[in-house]
Amino acid sequence: MHIKGKAWKFGDNVDTDVIIPARYLNTSDPVELARHCMEDINASFADEVQPGDIIVGGDNFGCGSSREHAPIAIKAAGVSCVIAKSFARIFYRNAINIGLPIFESSEAAEGINEDDQVEVILDKGCICNITTGCKYTAQEFPAFMQNLIAAGGLINYVKSKR
Amino acid sequence: MGMTITEKILAAHAGKSAVRPGELIDVRVDLVLGNDITAPVAIKAFEKIGAERVFDRNKIALVPDHFTPNKDIKAAEQVKIMRRFAEAYGIVNFFEIGCMGIEHTLLPDKGLVVAGDLVIGADSHTCTYGALGAFSTGMGSTDMAAAMATGECWIKVPESMKFICTGRPSRWVSGKDLMLYIIGMIGVDGALYRAMEFTGDAFDYMTMADRFTICNMAIEAGGKNGIIPPDQQTIDYMSGRAKHDFTLYASDNDAVYRSVHNIDVSALEPMVAFPHLPENTRPVSQAGDISIDQAVIGSCTNGRIEDLRIATKVLKGKKVNRKVRLIVIPGTQEIYLQAIREGLAEALVEAGAAFSTPTCGPCLGGHMGILASGERAIATTNRNFVGRMGHPQSEVYLSNPAVAAASAVAGRIVSPDEI
Ligand code: SF4
Repeated sequence: MHIKGKAWKFGDNVDTDVIIPARYLNTSDPVELARHCMEDINASFADEVQPGDIIVGGDNFGCGSSREHAPIAIKAAGVSCVIAKSFARIFYRNAINIGLPIFESSEAAEGINEDDQVEVILDKGCICNITTGCKYTAQEFPAFMQNLIAAGGLINYVKSKR
Repeated sequence: MGMTITEKILAAHAGKSAVRPGELIDVRVDLVLGNDITAPVAIKAFEKIGAERVFDRNKIALVPDHFTPNKDIKAAEQVKIMRRFAEAYGIVNFFEIGCMGIEHTLLPDKGLVVAGDLVIGADSHTCTYGALGAFSTGMGSTDMAAAMATGECWIKVPESMKFICTGRPSRWVSGKDLMLYIIGMIGVDGALYRAMEFTGDAFDYMTMADRFTICNMAIEAGGKNGIIPPDQQTIDYMSGRAKHDFTLYASDNDAVYRSVHNIDVSALEPMVAFPHLPENTRPVSQAGDISIDQAVIGSCTNGRIEDLRIATKVLKGKKVNRKVRLIVIPGTQEIYLQAIREGLAEALVEAGAAFSTPTCGPCLGGHMGILASGERAIATTNRNFVGRMGHPQSEVYLSNPAVAAASAVAGRIVSPDEI
């Protein structure tokens, strides 16, 4: 599956408190969470993000709390995937579990600039920066995780095993 | 080739004789935890699985602690979801206010986690229980839902890092300072995907409270789990509390580590982490002139009776600076009661502290002490990210309880020796 969108670039150690501040965690409604996505790091993000847009982060993206509200907010905001140099491990798990595509690639994270147009072939991990013409390949998921992704997330995977 | 304590616990729960770092395994869990933020999401996911019952109604703990006593209508609705689920599925360990506490202080104190257990929780600080020689790690709500249905989860066996801590800590130095020092040394992703194993004779001087604090903050270095090999002190702590049998594991002499770090604890000073990352640490003597508006003593990091005793020792007979709001929050009802019995509550209130029922409250900027723009707090909590305690333009400095108490008196960040 192909996706195409504009890149929103962030730095290292983007924590889940800035992805979705705790003051909004008295709800778990995705639509409401999306309204405050990235609020404490880029206050205009939630208003301006377009369906299909891509988040590009540095090292340790999604560090901090285990709140699944973070990938839920990103997904509900319309973001099609997150590319980063590395992910904090709970965020990584949560994203795969809820079906938010994520890709680890230092080269892509460095080579993509804010506002670049980016195309990603989801199942292959191929990332193309349309603005610059550069192509990157993200690290492959272990086979087990590919099954999880193919099943549509952990809940469907568990259901299919029952 | 030998195994680390982490590898041994994982192998035992995967029904294997050995596991190696990098291996993906399915493990049996001894306890699954969720709170008022994460459990409602997990409950929705659990319902999608269509399971008729939970895998074991004794092995699930639901602790509403973040926004409780309910701070607003929305928060009340979240806890209602938990309460209903607990009733419908007969969850034994649902802790309503009045018998609750901050999850990571409460569960070990209640004896629900013991050495050798494997615990997963939909809260990143689930790594706290490594202090007992258990494997415990934080995950998300969907993982929690799957584990509530199946009693299992998948785990990638982490590589281990070993921290050999030697020497006797000086007067105001605690487990918090050792851990802030380590995070400052390796950075907030210095242990990403890895197990952090803490050993050395410094632990002869570290109370269980210190050990919980250290393992609690493993996640602040990106760690999957923190773990301290159990000793006599661990056994003493568990005896009389443990709700099930424990197993003591130890790393083999020929276990393999990704890296080994030596730390002379006797040379450490109390540490302060500056905004906005726990890795921005400095010894308190080099903090400079940082005035504060608020001091918070509490949280799953430092809300234990030992922490309140140290704070009281510093504050007794003194007054909180008129420009500072001091908020003290015991971790559990039992600690709260103990603080009353020992006269700590009285001394703290006399000093001018607000003394609260157990809650996470200000630790995550939930309620009970939110910062306005431009305000600064010193806190014994574990995170000082942007906006963590309130306004995105507020600041949080992390320290041990003695430094937080002393700073509340001085009105700026100081060592307890200075007041
Ligand atoms: S006290 Fe703070 S860190 Fe601990 S569980 Fe509560 S919100 Fe999380």
